[in-house]
Amino acid sequence: MGVSFVKVYKANCNKLFFDNMVNENLVKDVVKEPYKYGFVTDIETEKIEKGLNEDIIKLISQKKEEPKFLLDFRLKAFKKWQKMKEPDWAALGYKKIDYQDIIYYSAPKQKEKISSLDEVDPKLLETFDKLGIPLTEQKKLTNVAVDAVFDSVSIATTFREELAEHGVIFCSISEAVKNHADLIEKYLGTVVPASDNYFAALNSAVFSDGSFVYIPKGITCPMDLSSYFRINSGDSGQFERTLIIAEESSSVSYLEGCTAPMFDTNTLHAAVVELIALDDASIKYSTVQNWYAGDEEGIGGIFNFVTKRGKCLGKRSKISWSQVETGSAITWKYPSCLLLGEESVGEFYSVALTNNLQQADTGTKMIHIGPKTKSTIVSKGISAGNSKNSYRGLVKMGTKATGSRNYSQCDSMLIGDQASANTFPYIKSQQPNSEIEHEASTCRISEDQLFYLQSRGIEFEEAVSMMVSGFCRDVFNQLPMEFAAEADKLLALKLEGSVG
Amino acid sequence: MQSKMKEPDPILEVENLSASTDNLQILKGVSLTVYPGEIHAIMGRNGCGKSTLSKIIAGHPSYNITDGDIKFLGENINSLEPEERSQSGIFLGFQYPIEIPGVSNLEFLRVSTNARRKFLNKEELDTFDFEELVKEKLEIVKMDQAFLSRSVNQGFSGGEKKRNEILQMALLEPKIAILDETDSGLDIDALRIVASGIKKISNAQTGIILITHYQRLLDEIKPNYVHVMSDGQIIKTGESDLALELEEKGYEWTDNFIKET
Repeated sequence: MGVSFVKVYKANCNKLFFDNMVNENLVKDVVKEPYKYGFVTDIETEKIEKGLNEDIIKLISQKKEEPKFLLDFRLKAFKKWQKMKEPDWAALGYKKIDYQDIIYYSAPKQKEKISSLDEVDPKLLETFDKLGIPLTEQKKLTNVAVDAVFDSVSIATTFREELAEHGVIFCSISEAVKNHADLIEKYLGTVVPASDNYFAALNSAVFSDGSFVYIPKGITCPMDLSSYFRINSGDSGQFERTLIIAEESSSVSYLEGCTAPMFDTNTLHAAVVELIALDDASIKYSTVQNWYAGDEEGIGGIFNFVTKRGKCLGKRSKISWSQVETGSAITWKYPSCLLLGEESVGEFYSVALTNNLQQADTGTKMIHIGPKTKSTIVSKGISAGNSKNSYRGLVKMGTKATGSRNYSQCDSMLIGDQASANTFPYIKSQQPNSEIEHEASTCRISEDQLFYLQSRGIEFEEAVSMMVSGFCRDVFNQLPMEFAAEADKLLALKLEGSVG
Repeated sequence: MQSKMKEPDPILEVENLSASTDNLQILKGVSLTVYPGEIHAIMGRNGCGKSTLSKIIAGHPSYNITDGDIKFLGENINSLEPEERSQSGIFLGFQYPIEIPGVSNLEFLRVSTNARRKFLNKEELDTFDFEELVKEKLEIVKMDQAFLSRSVNQGFSGGEKKRNEILQMALLEPKIAILDETDSGLDIDALRIVASGIKKISNAQTGIILITHYQRLLDEIKPNYVHVMSDGQIIKTGESDLALELEEKGYEWTDNFIKET
């Protein structure tokens, strides 16, 4: 039964692809692998009322027992946000967001103070278990420390003691505000100021939780650090804030994963991530984003408006972003590097896959300020279904960026004949003694390529995913190993039934 | 020849096969039977339907079978997917092997070989075991290991592409191999390597169909039968000397056969 079903599906795929004529009934017959992470955890939550005003912000700050400087930071950001306009320059179309119809704080109810994982609601542990992120002592991943964030709060962080032995701080940002207020006050908002953009201002006003990482001088973080963000409730936004500081000659590799249940409404996710690298420090930040993307008709899904930026403050410092963006109804995201330190290095490796009616406008900014700075951009966009996938990037050479270099490569792959791909590279150079190189290409998976692989015994779907992985190889090579395998699988899953 | 012995079962039976693409009738009733150990050559002008026949046997989705059957080891395979045909032992050597950027040749060969092995209930090979196997097979086509780390066919010369096809044939150990103009674009040395490769791989249990324009491949691999195709039909079948006669007299000579029939 199962086998014959698969067969029908496969045959349909072939037909759809090769006919170029979309047959309605066939499309309906095509079974789709459901979004694996679409379940909702039934848990009692503490939510505040909908809407956004000063009182709400004070309430959030009060709930988190924050020091005054942080409340002031939030209120200032809120004032700025009120004067700002939602940006409309991205190649995205979506229904206007009603910011008063969102809940800005939602947390699973649990004991006031949790001293060990045993006191965490088993339902929460089970949720993360189901997502493949076991947190309990017996089952936790052996080589990665995890900070698990559920809606507005961090649930648990593993390996804290082990990391503390090396002087590495890895905790939720709420805890950091309490225990390391000096570092927060010194660095928060220094890379992405509250006034940076509309969504960053909103985040600065209402951010609830996120991760904090501090790597002391000379320390190579003994294991990968990772945050896993889970949106559970349908009507609250998620506004996480992450801050990573790498002191002189230190290094860290940080991974980030995200999923959300399937709702037929859109949920807003507006995060801010700030990275700071001092002399000779290096930060590698990898993301696999798999927020719920909405259904085939474009109903539901996460609106993902994210500001990620790293500051290479020190000489010879290095910040490397790698991202695999497969989820969200809307993605608006430009992980960037400010290259201040002499000979500092910025990198951006990205795979963005859109299917059905997903829209992504993503890319990077490499701002060369210091001399002899170097940046590399490799972007791979894959558009299937009726989706729209745009690369938008800025490479800027400042007046002092003498001897600096950039290399950019932006490739797009189209699957089917309804998807679109755009590339918007912006280049600004104020320094004649610098080099900027840009390459771009667009390709399509051809019938001949598919037939060639199939005629060698390779199944249709596997053939498509082989070619997609081949296309993304330059980026996958940059991902931490277990992440690369995960990303590969995720792309294959996302593409199932898309070749029509 | 084998009249007193029990005849072995045929590997491939093409029965009165007609096929079209874009409403254009390309095959108009082709029949062909290949027994184990046999080598068949198909010759004919460009556009006569030789390549189409090979693609249809391999399951290309662009063609519709309008009449007739293809049987492989006695089973009708008209509706099988190309990958199922390959797994069960049908091999098509492409006239123009396709480039697949970013996909490593080694990985491609391994996945392909394992798909066939799985079908044969043989153990699938991990990267290390596969490398051992592929090194052995590289000898057959005198290819360098450097080919394995490159993307599938990308930047290969014409001769390298064809040798890569024969390497695939060696790994897949098909029951029947259809080689579509494998000899075209090869210099004499490359032709010898390819031809000796084909001979090494084939045996008394396998069948081979060579699609070619030239006698020079048939000098290296002597066919049992030569078929001449014209306008979607096999218009004449003979033994290996038919190819020689054809080379001497040209395809114009075969036009008379159509008039006769």
